[in-house]
Amino acid sequence: MSDHSSSTLAHHFDSHEQQREASTVGMWAFLVTEIMFFGGLFLAYVLYRSRYPQTFADASNHLNVIWGGVNTVVLIASSLTMALAVRAAQLANRKTIVLMLILTLVLGCVFLGIKAVEYKEKFDHHLVPGKNFQYDGANGQKAQIFFSLYFAMTGLHAVHMVIGAGLLIWMIVLAHKGVFTAEYHNHIENVGLYWHFVDIVWIFLFPLLYLLGFHVGH
Amino acid sequence: MSTTAGHAAGGSNYLTAEHGLKSWLLTKDHKRIAVLYLISVSFFFMLGGLFASLVRAELLTPAGDLLSADSYNRAFTMHGVIMVFFFLIPAIPAVLGNFLVPVMIGAKDLAFPRINLLSWYVYNLAGLLGVWVLLQGGVDTGWTFYTPYSSVYSNTAVIPAAMAGFVAGFSSILTALNFVVTIHRMRAPGLTWFRLPLFIWSHYATSLIILLGTPVLAITLLALVLERGFGLGIFDPAMGGDPVLFQHLFWFYSHPAVYIMILPAMGIQSELVAAFARKRVFGYPVVAFASLAIAILGFLVWGHHMFTSSQSVYASTVFSVLTMLVAVPSAVKVFNWTATLHEGSISYETPMLYALGFIGLFTIGGLTGVMLGTMGIDLHVHDTYFVVAHFHYVMVGGTILGYLGGLHYWWPKMFGRMYNQFWSRIAAIVVFIGFNLTFLPQFVVGYLGMPRRYWSYPAEFQIWNVLSTAGATVLGLGLALPLVYLLMSLKNGALAGNNPWGAKGLEWETTSPPPTFNFDTPPVVTEEAYAYADSHLVEAGHSDKKGKKELHGV
Amino acid sequence: MSVHVEPVKTYVMVFSALMVLTVATVFVAYFDLGLLNNFVAMGIALTKASLVVLIFMHVRHGSKLTKMIALGGFLWLIFLFLFPLADYDTRGLLGPLGK
Repeated sequence: MSDHSSSTLAHHFDSHEQQREASTVGMWAFLVTEIMFFGGLFLAYVLYRSRYPQTFADASNHLNVIWGGVNTVVLIASSLTMALAVRAAQLANRKTIVLMLILTLVLGCVFLGIKAVEYKEKFDHHLVPGKNFQYDGANGQKAQIFFSLYFAMTGLHAVHMVIGAGLLIWMIVLAHKGVFTAEYHNHIENVGLYWHFVDIVWIFLFPLLYLLGFHVGH
Repeated sequence: MSTTAGHAAGGSNYLTAEHGLKSWLLTKDHKRIAVLYLISVSFFFMLGGLFASLVRAELLTPAGDLLSADSYNRAFTMHGVIMVFFFLIPAIPAVLGNFLVPVMIGAKDLAFPRINLLSWYVYNLAGLLGVWVLLQGGVDTGWTFYTPYSSVYSNTAVIPAAMAGFVAGFSSILTALNFVVTIHRMRAPGLTWFRLPLFIWSHYATSLIILLGTPVLAITLLALVLERGFGLGIFDPAMGGDPVLFQHLFWFYSHPAVYIMILPAMGIQSELVAAFARKRVFGYPVVAFASLAIAILGFLVWGHHMFTSSQSVYASTVFSVLTMLVAVPSAVKVFNWTATLHEGSISYETPMLYALGFIGLFTIGGLTGVMLGTMGIDLHVHDTYFVVAHFHYVMVGGTILGYLGGLHYWWPKMFGRMYNQFWSRIAAIVVFIGFNLTFLPQFVVGYLGMPRRYWSYPAEFQIWNVLSTAGATVLGLGLALPLVYLLMSLKNGALAGNNPWGAKGLEWETTSPPPTFNFDTPPVVTEEAYAYADSHLVEAGHSDKKGKKELHGV
Repeated sequence: MSVHVEPVKTYVMVFSALMVLTVATVFVAYFDLGLLNNFVAMGIALTKASLVVLIFMHVRHGSKLTKMIALGGFLWLIFLFLFPLADYDTRGLLGPLGK
């Protein structure tokens, strides 16, 4: 009936297939909650952008499109390496799994590093909302809403990246130990799903936040 | 892992399988986790009730003489926050759902047992944050946390309170994830979707709502924390922000949340009515689809909380029409339960008393909800006691009666003991009388114009408030009784046996209490849900075709 | 049931497409196309997201349930946007009640 002798099959499941399917469905259900979680901030952004289009465009031009663009490339590349890591897990290719996961982690750290540089720049220019906010253009209050949303959205995204980095480290350790087989690698698949989701959030954040006022010029 | 676990005499069950605090605090058994939740939610229910007592005590007299206005605001806010987030939303799913979902579908556990345990710890973390808020003097914003009062002007512990709500919501998400995956992927052989107990359908629909709605509340509370902490201005009109945006985001969750509260109770309702009328639920597929319809439509009506908040008339109209629509599947369920009772073999056990009360009280609550969904009426009764009465009819008359009915129905299964059925019937009647005495006058006084959340009121409203407070006292007494006889049953109650009610359902085919892995041999399902043999129809000489078909099928 | 293993080539091709689309979105943003800017930007983002979902996240070869869940999440996001924006965009269109 079931291979309960295998320690990788939990007692309440009848087969590895059932366990894997349950794991995937669960992860997707969780990602739906993440979609709705970020969704609230996107709604706020869309609303205020349509309300204060000029101010938002001006404020957006204080963001560095090059940094944003590089980060987009970096994150998409990390999605590629993540997909290749999962593929290696499907083929039980231990060395490749570890290599791809490490590459994904490195790229993720590059992303976070660039974000740190961007945030520092904002801090230096008094563009962090709160007591020290100083805006050099018109409608400082409305611009502060832009920056509030910028920091909230990219900040929340960055928190998810940090969590993702932690998950990747955990996966690297497990993969290195040879825990994963062709039959049992739910963890990596799920971390992969999570990582791709975080990439998708950025795919929307980049044009919305950075490219908004691009045509207006700096 | 004992292979003979659970045989009636001498076998171990989930309660006796392991001993010691660690075996409880680190358990992966969904049944033990359900019991842990039972303890936690009961504590918060009593705490919420305490704040209700303060409110009702103050309202005995027209003048504000018991509490200061400030303290009164904190009292009703804490009552609302605790009751909604720490009792009404988690209670049925986390106690009865956790216990019964795997058993009812013939599984050994939920899909993710460790996440189940984690959800309990996360709930308690939220509880700790809530207690921290209390120690700081509570919050005074109303459970709805409207901005900019909550984000700028209130001098109370708004940030920890918002965090407590955030964490509590996360706990519910973990439970919902488990339910969805388990119901999709772990049903016993032969258990097709349309053979599932309606309790399962309800919990499935509830879980969908939790997954889709709670995250929006989470981000809203997070935004509130950031706004208040950093002085952002997203919701502050003085800074170019929009307080109505907060309301849209808040109610996007909080309206579906009321269906999170009522759907599980409706699921219990179907089980009780079938069991104590000894009859299949009338129109099973319709009831199943009605649960899904409520879940989906429930997401499209939230603007009916914002008719007076400067929401556009056009949007309000759309929300109003959709509100009428969402009432339909709920009403359909009431018709189906009634039709189930018709020509059923009815017995008035305690769970049935709660079920009968539910039908009447939920109908009143639901109908007054339709009234409130009508813009013309709502303009006059918004923020009056009419609204308060409406939602207490559905949340107490509906959810709490459902919870109590379910608790009394499955208590013998959970603990293997029967409680004193004289006192349980008395308690049910006292609760019913106390409840109506508390809240019926509130419809009247609300319609007459008494605003909610006010600590003093015009003298002509006093008689209604006195009646209401008297009712609350009776209600409190009725709710205290189960605490006594249920706990006593654990020691003194008669042994329940596998199926004390003679009901249909997989949970009644295993021992009371069940073994750790629920069934000695995994069940295979060959019949419909509630496949009661209509023997009484044949005996009475009815030439009911359906009855004959039933017997053939069995 | 064996799980479908995507060839490396497919992943690399999707990556290339995503790169091209990224360059495209920056390029188009440089020009002032009025309202069209928004549509193009979101259209490109949606295309990129779809590629990631279908190929990188294996939904193309996933179970029906997985597809339904992914679609459901997207649909609910639409509800979250549609109704509040419908409120804001129709303020003042209909007169006060009774007028």
